[in-house]
Amino acid sequence: MSEEKTYTTLNLGPIHPATHGIFQNVLTIDGEKIVNTEQTIGYIHRAFEKIAERRPYYQIATLTDRLNYCSAPINNIGWQMTVEKLLGIKTNKKIDYMRIILMELARITDHLICNSVIGVDSGALTGFVYVFQERERVYEIYEEVCGARLTTNMGRIGGFERDFTSTAIRKIKEFLERMPKVLREFEKLLLRNRIFMDRTMGVGPISAEKAINYGFTGPNIRAAGVDFDIRVMNPYSSYDDFQFELPLGTNGDTYDRFCVRQEEIWQSLKLIRNALDNLPEGKHFMEVPAFCLPPKEYVYSKMEALIWHFKIVMGEIEVPQGEVYHSVEGANGELGFYLISDGGRTPYRLHFRRPCFIYYQALPEMIRGGVLSDAILTMSSMNVIAGELDG
Amino acid sequence: METNKPIYTKVDPPEGYMAPGLFATAFDKVIGLARKNSIWPLPFATSCCGIEFMATMGAHYDLGRFGAERLSFSPRQADLLMVMGTIAKKMAPVVQQVYHQMAEPRWVIAVGACASSGGIFDTYSVLQGIDRIVPVDVYVPGCPPRPEQIIDGFMKIQELAGKEPLRRRYSEEYKELLDRYGILK
Amino acid sequence: MDSEITGILKAKFDLDIFEADNTSDMFTITVSYPVIHGVIKELKENPQLNFMFLTTLCGIHYPDRELPLGVVYHLHNFHENKRVRIKTFLPSDDPTISTVTDLFATANWMERETYDFYGIIFEGHPNLKRILNVEYLDYFPMRKEFPLEDPTREDKDDRFFGR
Repeated sequence: MSEEKTYTTLNLGPIHPATHGIFQNVLTIDGEKIVNTEQTIGYIHRAFEKIAERRPYYQIATLTDRLNYCSAPINNIGWQMTVEKLLGIKTNKKIDYMRIILMELARITDHLICNSVIGVDSGALTGFVYVFQERERVYEIYEEVCGARLTTNMGRIGGFERDFTSTAIRKIKEFLERMPKVLREFEKLLLRNRIFMDRTMGVGPISAEKAINYGFTGPNIRAAGVDFDIRVMNPYSSYDDFQFELPLGTNGDTYDRFCVRQEEIWQSLKLIRNALDNLPEGKHFMEVPAFCLPPKEYVYSKMEALIWHFKIVMGEIEVPQGEVYHSVEGANGELGFYLISDGGRTPYRLHFRRPCFIYYQALPEMIRGGVLSDAILTMSSMNVIAGELDG
Repeated sequence: METNKPIYTKVDPPEGYMAPGLFATAFDKVIGLARKNSIWPLPFATSCCGIEFMATMGAHYDLGRFGAERLSFSPRQADLLMVMGTIAKKMAPVVQQVYHQMAEPRWVIAVGACASSGGIFDTYSVLQGIDRIVPVDVYVPGCPPRPEQIIDGFMKIQELAGKEPLRRRYSEEYKELLDRYGILK
Repeated sequence: MDSEITGILKAKFDLDIFEADNTSDMFTITVSYPVIHGVIKELKENPQLNFMFLTTLCGIHYPDRELPLGVVYHLHNFHENKRVRIKTFLPSDDPTISTVTDLFATANWMERETYDFYGIIFEGHPNLKRILNVEYLDYFPMRKEFPLEDPTREDKDDRFFGR
């Protein structure tokens, strides 16, 4: 005699304490086991791609801030490198090393949020509070470099608007001194904690072939065992001058993702230390008069500087025709910018390849057969940022 | 080595008549005092302002000092709806539903430029300010506002809560306000 | 590698229009839309080509051209670190193209996003409905004829806002 199975439907989101960002999952549950899930996203769709068709190139940097807002400098610098690729500008080593320092700091902040929030979702709230203190120190560094804490709009097309001040360098050095101790304390809390390991091992696994098929990139695919990192495969901004290791996981479950992100923080600290020790001399901006505001004393004395100043501020810079795809290794994976310019002041088409959007579609695959608490942990270990998901 | 001596601050008692074993004052003042120092917020964090809120709740800026230690994700138990981040048109019915479920007295604070007026996203898909769908008490500008600004907005809500007359939520003006937004009592 | 790609594809699909272009930053092919599924299948499964990763899929709209709507695919071969860009163009009265979800599971949401923004119908897609915009939206917003701002808003003056 066969029994009729009745399933329960449970709505998870869009407002839920454990979903970090607003997206909805309607779960179909058989008892405690998840049978299927249907996702609804778009609750924060801000039409970035349409806005980008109406904004001059340097204003789009403020839009890219809001994509993955936990690590805004990576988005900014990625966009600036895309436009530099279109214009054919090659930056000098000093700018490249400064960019590496800022991008790795941003990566550290993003991984810190993700890992401490995995702790919060499994009940360990202390790590979160300790780790956020360190993020405040990174915010102080950002304020010294560009003036803002979170949505940084850091750097300009062709370099930076100002060099690192001695205060910035001192703060970075202090951060590098302090961070290892705090990180080790955080690791002692969670990394070999029996309860944490039991909660996260074997939860939400994905195999390497499926991960490639689903378009995973970043720490999620490295946790599944595939060593794909844009910094190694298509090096940009002089990353090939540095030696760093890529941590790889074995079965792509939550514990592997946690460990991969943790190890990447250590590798980022190493990269920042190397870049800061070997920071070369040089100018902090390239000669791109169309995008860099000239110094004020030239504006008041030279004719060309005045004209460039006017054109830049009124948004009348035209960019040559071309088509380019550039990607950087964001904290979540390959953040790509596909830019088509038709010779006007604004892009003709700008498409963001957002890693969160692409790998979030694999969630039903990963949580099928698990229980609800596993689904929560899988979602938070995938580090889905709503701004990047909807864009 | 610095010693962290605890600093105890007392809340000033309201005006009233004090006698041994007796303190007489107006209901409004006492209830206002109690309400303003124990507001339970509902963090409706959607985007970047949510991360600044997480920093405000952290140890450095510590919103818990003001009585907001217990975040309530259930609208039925929350006093203050803190809308932080962009509200898209798809999300607007959800904000309204959450507001409906809150019990009086309730306050709404719109944190950030996107919640106040749509912010930099003047597009077809973004609601240009949540005051189109719910009545807002305090607006905190900024993109994102610094934690100090969020705390300043929170303190203004505390002032409002402390000074609110008891019968305000039953008054004609308030009913008219809710009618304008289509929120039934 | 570029010549290998053109060689293999021309041998298999030489009936349809096929332009190879090396002027932008990566090797770009423009293919006509009936054979797109075959071309991508060949690029993925041929052991010499082995493009196993679909980086991104997006739509594009050129209103002045004869075939105004287009789809652009970026593929990536990890082993030899080679990227290729494939473009197809569709007529505006019947923008239908076959899906690549059976080859790449990641194309599922990417095609839904392209449908949401441009109205391009992907035949064979398991769940083609709007993903980012509200369900009751009755136009395809990224097409060039529609404005960015919400036309019904009354609190912003178009002389100062709106561009």
